[in-house]
Amino acid sequence: MTSVKVCCMQYVIAEGRLLGGRIGGHAVGAGRKCAAMTAAPASVTIDLLIKSDGGGILLSIRRQATTAMFALTASSLLIAGCGTAKPAAQAAQKPVTIGTSLSLSGDFSGDGKSIEAGYKLWVDQVNKHGGLLGRKVKLVVLNDDSSTQQSLTNYSTLIGTDHVDLVFGPFSSPLTIPAEQIAKRYGYLLPDPAGGAPSVFAENYDGYAYAKPASVPHNLLGLGNLLMSLPASERPKTVAYATSNDPFTEPQLPPLRKELEAAGMRTLYYQVFPDETPDLQPEALAIAQTHADAVVLGTTSVPQVQAFVQAFAQQHYNPKVIVATSGPDQGSAFSSALGVANTEGFLVPIAWTPTANSYQNKQFIQAYIAKYGGTAASIPADAPDAYCVGQLVQELVTKTHSLKNADLIKALHANTFQTVEGPMSFQMDGAPAGTHMFLVQWQNGSTKIVWPKDSQQASLEYPKPAWH
Amino acid sequence: MSLVLGSVVLGILSGGIYALMAVGLTLSFGVLEVVNIAQGMFVIAAAYLSYALQRYWHIDPLLGLVITIPVMFLLGLVVEWSFIRRLKQDRVMLSILVSWAVALILEGVVGLIFADDFRSIHSWYVTATVPVFGLYVPDIYLIGFALAVVLMGLVYLLVYRSRFGAALRAMVQNREAAALLGIDVQRISTLTFAIATGLTAAGGMLFGAIQAFNADSNLDLISRLLIIVILGGMGSMGGALVASVGLLVAVNIIAVTWTPNWSTFFFFGITILVLVFRPQGFFGAPAARKV
Repeated sequence: MTSVKVCCMQYVIAEGRLLGGRIGGHAVGAGRKCAAMTAAPASVTIDLLIKSDGGGILLSIRRQATTAMFALTASSLLIAGCGTAKPAAQAAQKPVTIGTSLSLSGDFSGDGKSIEAGYKLWVDQVNKHGGLLGRKVKLVVLNDDSSTQQSLTNYSTLIGTDHVDLVFGPFSSPLTIPAEQIAKRYGYLLPDPAGGAPSVFAENYDGYAYAKPASVPHNLLGLGNLLMSLPASERPKTVAYATSNDPFTEPQLPPLRKELEAAGMRTLYYQVFPDETPDLQPEALAIAQTHADAVVLGTTSVPQVQAFVQAFAQQHYNPKVIVATSGPDQGSAFSSALGVANTEGFLVPIAWTPTANSYQNKQFIQAYIAKYGGTAASIPADAPDAYCVGQLVQELVTKTHSLKNADLIKALHANTFQTVEGPMSFQMDGAPAGTHMFLVQWQNGSTKIVWPKDSQQASLEYPKPAWH
Repeated sequence: MSLVLGSVVLGILSGGIYALMAVGLTLSFGVLEVVNIAQGMFVIAAAYLSYALQRYWHIDPLLGLVITIPVMFLLGLVVEWSFIRRLKQDRVMLSILVSWAVALILEGVVGLIFADDFRSIHSWYVTATVPVFGLYVPDIYLIGFALAVVLMGLVYLLVYRSRFGAALRAMVQNREAAALLGIDVQRISTLTFAIATGLTAAGGMLFGAIQAFNADSNLDLISRLLIIVILGGMGSMGGALVASVGLLVAVNIIAVTWTPNWSTFFFFGITILVLVFRPQGFFGAPAARKV
């Protein structure tokens, strides 16, 4: 399928035939003549976008064309499009198409596949209950190979070429920013499961929604409260921090550091490392030599956590408390990488737990296990994150009785939404209005909520046992 | 032991392991004028082999080298026969493209078999350590360094102390003249490429033991191996060892005394400087194609 865009005019062509398009923001159905075509500008830009299915190739050709060329091209397109109109009834029955770009390969593929599982599960559930406004939902997933450029390309294709009805967000902030820019350009709502970095909100797009109960800088604050709840004589006295320069992890540490230092816990080490660093031995060695009581790791993946743990174990360094921003939330992927014994005592902030008494959580877990197998404890955190995105859109559509992105965006900021991760509402820049996050600890091979107190399932295991 | 001294020790040991992974690359270029971009993927494929032997047949990764080295050697024979020997002209440039294609094919195959999940090789010597003046030196790094010294020593003996090596060196000096003297140039080329690939079995096992990996890991790895070989001088085995150890020590010192951000910058920054001011690498033009 090829998209031809002529200034504000855009056509979708398949096998050389015009299927439809937009001129000046108005849809042009196949076979319809449009007066705008006669108002040809003196010079126009023609973009040819050859569709890419993820790891493929995007061929973009941009040329300035003369009025004559424009007229010729436009006329050809209209002529080619004649006779391809679909009956209105058929159009009404067509499914609601939701497009998304996910990291099904590359560095974020573990998370990307879990997000895909959550999205697909929601599609199954919503279709089982009649779809959106009586229309079935169809999910179109393109692979971005964990590449920001491919994310940009994919959302351009989904919105600009394929004209999907709605879009869902990708995994992680670096890939969300280009997606947000495209959504903003076309006025699409972008509900997102994993783009919580401040840089995402800096785009100030009111159509963006980070579908989490709290924004990223709040993630670790529960740890500060938890440690302060310990008797003063038992609290950690010293802390070491190391974080990846990833926009999701890096903003989480400074608020916690500020809080812990205010409570008298000295910082012995604070370093930022490049996310792509393959060898974390020097950083781990430096932390080990501080003998800090507590370690805070701003990690983005299981391998990063594993690299630190392996080095700590080699150096016989056993902190009393260890928390990581990401990795321990990956369920069985985490425990199989570290070995169950070494997961004991690990803390991680999460928005969802299988035991939370939140909206439709039980149904979600049952449906997930029925579709993918495993147990509630093995559900990766990304899956409910993605499911929330679907729930949010479903509630928006139900409330507005509309599939128009402008209507959904308007309603986004006027309501609170119930999800498996609890109630959510959003500020104008897309940041969650709430601050609620769980802090869970690995105990005996599964995670237990240790903070906040009102949701606590187990006491904090403190100090954590030595590595095996 | 001080933090800096500890970093130096770990830098030397991990430098040896990286040199072992890079030696096949420098051997291929030195003898065959082939820039083997698939070297990183060969290392990852070998890591998967060691992982599979341990996971499914409970064969210790070190003992498994008895199996993985011949398997990788055979893979080298197949790749050389299928792709490399077909390159008759402009071998340096064409080999980059061809070996890149080989890497992509291998990456796809490995991805199909093992999916994208990160794997790691576990054994008692991965976490076991030897205390040295307050620093715990991981056994896996000591084993890796020893393995690197032994295997690179064997390659050295093969190249400089055997009839095969004499023929190989004659071929490096003048391929046509060597053929006229009765040396089977094609056979030497094939065996050299297979040996270079076989060596990745050890490098892969070590790589998989010191860090988690998946098929995509080859991209970062090949960039590091190329930097090591470029700094050492393309084709210089000793240069690869010196460059690898020097780089890893410098990177570790910068990481612990300054910031990890600058250590990565240094790794790539020094490469740019060398390419601008001494493109033949530290070991210079005369050594550029010596093995």
